[in-house]
Amino acid sequence: MIADLGNRAPILNVRSVDKTFNKGVVALRRLSLTVNEGDFISLLGPSGCGKSTALRLIAGLMEPSIGKIDWTGGQGADDLGVVFQEPTLMPWATVAKNVWTPFRLRGQSFRSVKDRIEEALSLVGLEKFANAYPRELSGGMKMRVSIARALVTRPRLILMDEPFAALDEITRQKLNDDLLNLKARTGATVIFVTHSVFESVFLSDRILVMAARPGRIIKEIQVPEPYPRGIEWRTSAEYARIARETSDTLHGATGATEAAE
Amino acid sequence: MSLTDTTPAAEPIEGPLHDAQEERKARRKKMEKIAKYVLPVLVMALAIWYWDRLVVWNNIPKYILPGPGLVMKTLFSDWGILSSALLVTLKITAMALGVAVIGGVAIAVIFSLSRFAEMSFAPFAVILQVTPIVSIAPLIFIYIDNRFIALLFCAWIVAFFPILSNTTLGLKSVDHNLSDLMTIYRANRWQRLRYLQLPSALPYFMGGLRIAGGLALIGAVVAEYIAGTGGIGSGLAFRILEASYRLNIPRMFAGLILIAATGVIIYGLTSLVSWLALRKWHESALNRE
Repeated sequence: MIADLGNRAPILNVRSVDKTFNKGVVALRRLSLTVNEGDFISLLGPSGCGKSTALRLIAGLMEPSIGKIDWTGGQGADDLGVVFQEPTLMPWATVAKNVWTPFRLRGQSFRSVKDRIEEALSLVGLEKFANAYPRELSGGMKMRVSIARALVTRPRLILMDEPFAALDEITRQKLNDDLLNLKARTGATVIFVTHSVFESVFLSDRILVMAARPGRIIKEIQVPEPYPRGIEWRTSAEYARIARETSDTLHGATGATEAAE
Repeated sequence: MSLTDTTPAAEPIEGPLHDAQEERKARRKKMEKIAKYVLPVLVMALAIWYWDRLVVWNNIPKYILPGPGLVMKTLFSDWGILSSALLVTLKITAMALGVAVIGGVAIAVIFSLSRFAEMSFAPFAVILQVTPIVSIAPLIFIYIDNRFIALLFCAWIVAFFPILSNTTLGLKSVDHNLSDLMTIYRANRWQRLRYLQLPSALPYFMGGLRIAGGLALIGAVVAEYIAGTGGIGSGLAFRILEASYRLNIPRMFAGLILIAATGVIIYGLTSLVSWLALRKWHESALNRE
């Protein structure tokens, strides 16, 4: 739909952020990043490159050591949706009650947001499982509930921290397809942390390749293929070319770091 | 398609499927299901029968070991005294457990709200717990005039610690991602407690409750032994003590049976409460097939 990356309104600016942990470990150096409305950004890198730290900073779970994170128009209570690596559901609550959580914390009764919850569940194809308990669901279905919970407030930005890493390949593929469908239907803005080159090329329109020690962005690769993307995108020559370029960048960086040691 | 070429076609299957191992397993499962109920009853009946025979064969006098028949008879004939004593013990046990639940959970919540409160006061709870109630009780009876309150206090000391320590552990055992989620959605302290910590702590609390139920009874009985004064309003332990002074061994046995039965019923009730509270979601209460 939107292939032109230049004309979107910025919703978030990460300005030259450093994060240093105690004992002097520099997790991130000079991280600068503008997130525009409708972006699907992948943070791609080896473990220890600070991609999860970047996500936690944006989520407000950590404060930057130096630098600033600015939301256009300030950050509201429901500007963020988050999907973790694990489904992170409350086992004592039904699927619908889990999706209700963000509203509940704002004092909104279940009844008053029932339609929104049903809408979110139908977006992830789980409308029939509203009254099931998480333990009754498969790993992939739990992840869908988690996504529904992130979507339900219609946040300005959704953060996903390697959400499908623990799933089997077939489920993962399916959820990737579904995520793109969701993206096309809701126009959601997403930051997606992954260590899979193929996942990042398949899903995102901007890939930020990161390197470790210190964690930093070394290159931005743009993927101009418009959404919705289907199976033909995965088999196209352009996909293969970008995947090669991304992979070379990633391994060049990893190799350089290893050589430096 | 070389793969399909080399794979032989599946043999057509005729008749019903048999798997000796699966059948053995199923048979065993069925047996275990029956044995689960039959065995304990059978063994208990055998033990009682042997007890009876032992008394009869050896001509043991009733002031040393009464037979089960005589104990049952005493249970009925002395029911007036025993039942009113049982009621007193039950009342103390139930109230001690109730106060232990309220106190244990309340202190656990305070501990979870303030690490400093926990650091400051947890040692007191531990000291109370590790000092045998038998050794503190005489002091308690000196300082607290009201005998009922003193008994209650003794039973409470014994019962409240497992609830406190289990609930404290439970309130801390929160999934850290869920905790992050609460932060991201800007939950306040109260919401975090209400929606995340208390439900997470529920299985732990239930474990504590089951232990505390039995301990409350033990605490009540031990305290009664120490309190020792007779008359109206005395519990089962006192009646047992009194019977032993009078060499009324059958009544001692009858009293013991009542205490044991009470303990079993308390355990059954707390287990039932636990199951009812957790059956929808917690592993401990789920039937695996």
